[in-house]
Parts: sequence; structure tokens; C-alpha cells
Amino acid sequence: MDTTTAAPTAGRLRTAVPAAPAGTVPALHLAGITKHFGAVQAVDGIDLVVQPGEVVAFLGPNGAGKTTTIDMVLGLSEPSSGELSVYGTTPRGAVANGWVSAVMQSGGLLKDLSVAETVELTASLFARTQPVDVVLRRAGIADIAGRRVGGCSGGQQQRLRFAMALLPDPRLLVLDEPTTGMDVEGRRAFWAAIRDDARRGRTVLFATHYLEEADAYADRIVLVAGGRVVADGTAAEVKALSTGRTVRATLPGVRLGDLAGMPGVDELDVHGDTVLVQANDSDAVARWLLTQTAAHDLEVTSRGLEDAFISLTSTTSTDEVPR
Amino acid sequence: MSTLTPTTSATAATAAADPAAVDVPRSPLNTTYLRLDVRRVLRNRRTLVSTIVMPVVFYVIFGVGQEDAASRAYVMISLGVYGAMVAATSVGASVAVERASGWSRQLRLTPLRPATYVVTKVLAAATIALLPVAVEFVVGAVSGARMPARAWVVGGVVAWLGSLVFAALGLAVGYLLPSENAMQILGAAMSVLAMLGGLFVPLFLFPHLMQRIAQFTPAYGVGVLARYPLTHDGSVLGGVVNVVAWAAVFSVGAALLFRRDTARV
Repeated sequence: MDTTTAAPTAGRLRTAVPAAPAGTVPALHLAGITKHFGAVQAVDGIDLVVQPGEVVAFLGPNGAGKTTTIDMVLGLSEPSSGELSVYGTTPRGAVANGWVSAVMQSGGLLKDLSVAETVELTASLFARTQPVDVVLRRAGIADIAGRRVGGCSGGQQQRLRFAMALLPDPRLLVLDEPTTGMDVEGRRAFWAAIRDDARRGRTVLFATHYLEEADAYADRIVLVAGGRVVADGTAAEVKALSTGRTVRATLPGVRLGDLAGMPGVDELDVHGDTVLVQANDSDAVARWLLTQTAAHDLEVTSRGLEDAFISLTSTTSTDEVPR
Repeated sequence: MSTLTPTTSATAATAAADPAAVDVPRSPLNTTYLRLDVRRVLRNRRTLVSTIVMPVVFYVIFGVGQEDAASRAYVMISLGVYGAMVAATSVGASVAVERASGWSRQLRLTPLRPATYVVTKVLAAATIALLPVAVEFVVGAVSGARMPARAWVVGGVVAWLGSLVFAALGLAVGYLLPSENAMQILGAAMSVLAMLGGLFVPLFLFPHLMQRIAQFTPAYGVGVLARYPLTHDGSVLGGVVNVVAWAAVFSVGAALLFRRDTARV
């Protein structure tokens, strides 16, 4: 097809992501989305609005409903209930227009084709695409264009999927656990390519269960557990939802009753001579321990995103949804 | 689509987002896909052996030793049909591999229309099925098979196009079974169908009851029609009815299974 063989020019290298009409249409709009498979409630009412240009991490433990939600966003399955639109249209309409494309976790490739042939074939299915050599270069696989897909490493195959997803120059790029099974090097190279691409203004939604990926690459983290959104905000905001520090000190012969006067305690544990305190105002706790008791070897540690992740995703049975 | 209810405020925001305005390639013929799909089949050694090498080996064993030139031609046409039907089936059944590898799912993330996919598969099957017929006929010609010019042309074309019925069978089985099993089951089934259809052994050598049953099997019609210009034996009408009926059965089966397959993820 002529779209794929056209020589790249400087002008075509620029991949203008079309501006959202009137700046009002969200890239993604989910309202009360549910999905059940038989008796299993995989997605239990997700509300989410993603604005054009945002890089959003869809973070959650395995089985949180991330992939199920992404499948619905891509039109691969339909919600049991709720409303869903992608740039103001149906998922299938958005896919057909080349407005949304995806890098799936695995599969989707034919072993007998070469890297370049796979991209060429995919390009032929769209009305307009970027040139094959341009997307190969952007995905960092121009040097292995002639290699059979079956002979590519997991990381190379993932960059091939990325190249295929870039073909229609989508407004929204969806990545479903894109670095699962990649080594550290491959993961870094992959994210470098994604990040470079997102800098040009593309909206990115990626599912992951790697906290550090969400922390490092997303503007916004949507934390899901049990098929629901349990937190939504910047990495700092999500961390703040599970605020507080841990104060640990050694206090020989301590009994719980000795600590009754301690201020601002969220949680108190005593193991032998060790006192463990969870508190929002760790300074007050530390001051009290050092001045009112014989505590020594005092340590204060802050809880990170991981703690936020654990505390927020393990309490999904409650109806409380911190926002 | 039920994914978008009319009350969604975003839908009203832009007419440009109307999926009806989608700029999808209109022609169901995608030459790039066809070329790459054919190339992919040709890279598969096992397919080439079963579709081209085996029929030629059978011909050398069973055909070359025949007394007269017309008998050699008889065996040649039959095995040409056999090679073409195996080729068409394997192309159709390659959909099993595409499902297992997630390629079908990947295709659903593109504007590819089902019609284009089916047309591409059928044309790929036609391209691949031409090879065993051509090779078989060339080997036959150089090893002493002789028949009227009309029988070469009509017999060859009927063997080629008639076997396309089996592309639909391959598609149906490809949607029905996981890839590990599809080709193994089909390989065995092809041999049985070829035997029952009189492609390996002339049917008059069978017991009477077997001959009656054989007439209703899918390889029978195309075999009778392909050999007719040479033998003037058997019923053309019966052959046509057989081919059309099985084409309908396999196509409807493939279409239903295709629909079932795309309805889920």
C-alpha cells in the first residue's frame, strides 16, 4: 500500500495528535462501568475521566479488573452496564478511526512473518498510517526489521507491538501490562520510547502492577482493587492517602500500659522490648518517647507508595472510597 | 453498540466522531495482506510437504506404473484434487493458529472488516491450491500421462477451483478446534475423505454399499467433475450437486463458528 511505502519526509515524521474537538471531549469517559462473567464481578462500577494529553497509570493487583476494563475501552468486550466513550464515540468507532490503539500484554503476533512484514501488514488494514520505517525507528526496532518475529526476544516483540500501535498515530495509546516478563534493561528501553512519544502530547493509559512504573511514568495514578477505583490522583496524592510514618524504638521492659499517654497514635504494637507506632504526627510520638520514657535507638520511617498500595487495595471490602 | 448509550453527554459533543464517517479501505481486496499471507504459508515446510510433495510421491508410486497413458492421467487428476484440497484446507485452518496466537484479537484492534478477512483467506487458499495442481500436472506430463488438451485445461481448473470448498471446511475446523489439534485432525480427515471420494482408489473397486455412501462425501463431487473431461464417466449433475451442497454446508458452518468466535474475546 502506498501509505506504507512512502518515503518518510521531515513533515511526516511529525505525528500531530489531533486536538480534541473544542477541547471539551475527554479522551476517555467511563461512568458506572460494570462487567461480570457469570457470577464473577470483574469490574464493579468504575468511573473515570481521562483528559487528552494525560499519562495515566491504571494500577492494581492481579485480578483487580484492569485488563477487563481495558478490553471494554478497546471494544473487545462490552460492559454489563454503564456508559463508556472514547473521544466521544464508541470504542469500536474509535478503533476503526485509528484514534485508539493498544499494546497488549502478549500474543497478537505471527511467528512466521518478519518484524517489517508484520508492521506492513498491519498498516495495510488502516486507511491512513505513518510510514513503516518511521514507526520501526520510533519503536527502536529498525535494526531488526528483517528478523522473524519468532526469533525476537520478549522485549523486541513488545516494541514491535508498540510500532504496530503507532501506525494509525492514535490519540489514545492503551498499554496492558506492557513490561511483564521483560528484563530491567528491556523495561527501561521500552519506557524510554513510550515516554518520548507521550511528550508529543499523546494520551496514554497503561495498566501495571509495578508500583515503580506507575510512580515513574504516570502523571496520574488510578488505583483499582476489587473492580473499583480506590484512589485517583498524582503519585504524591495517592501516597498521601496512606499518610503517616512508623516510629520504632527500644524500650526495655515496656508494657502497653506505660504508653497510654502517647499522643497521636494510629496503631501501637509492642514486641518484647520493641515499640512500633504508626502515627500521622511522628514528631510528637518521637518527642514523647524520648522525653517521657527511657526509649532509645529510635527510628522514623515514612510509608511509601507501596504502603499506600497495600493499605488501599487490601481494604476494598469497605465502602469507603478515598478520593 | 450497547457500550454507548445515547444519554452520554460526550457523544453529542462532536459530529466528527461519528463512526459512520470512518475512513476504512473500502475494497475487500487487500493485496498486501494476501501477499504476506501466501508468503507465510510458503514458509511453512510442513504445509508444503503435505500439499505438494506427498501428492507427487503418491503419483510416482501409484500413477507412473499404470499400463496406459490415460490411466496415469486419471491418477494424476485425482491426486491433483487431493493436493489442492489439502492446500485449501490448511490455509483455512491456519485461522486456528491465528486465534491461538492472539492474531485474531490483534486484528480486532484495526478497522479490518470480516469480509476483507474472509476474501483474503479464500484468495490465499486459491493461490496455494494452484500449486499442487500445477506441480502434479507437470510431473504427470513428463512421466507419460496423456489426455486430450481439453481434459488438461478443464480438469486442472475444476481440480483447482473445486477444492476451494475445503477452504471453508478448514475455516470451520479452525474456529472449532485449538491449533494443536486442528491440522492433525484435518490431515487424517483429508485422507479418509480422499479415499471415500475415490481420489486414491477408483470407487468401482469398493463394495457396492461403500460406493453408495462415497457419493455423499465431500471429495467425491470435485473428483468426478475434474476427471469427467477424461473419463466421461459419472454424473456431472450429481457432481455439481455434491460440490454445491458441501460448499453450502461448510460455508454456513464457518460463518456460524466465525460469529461465535468474534462474539467473545
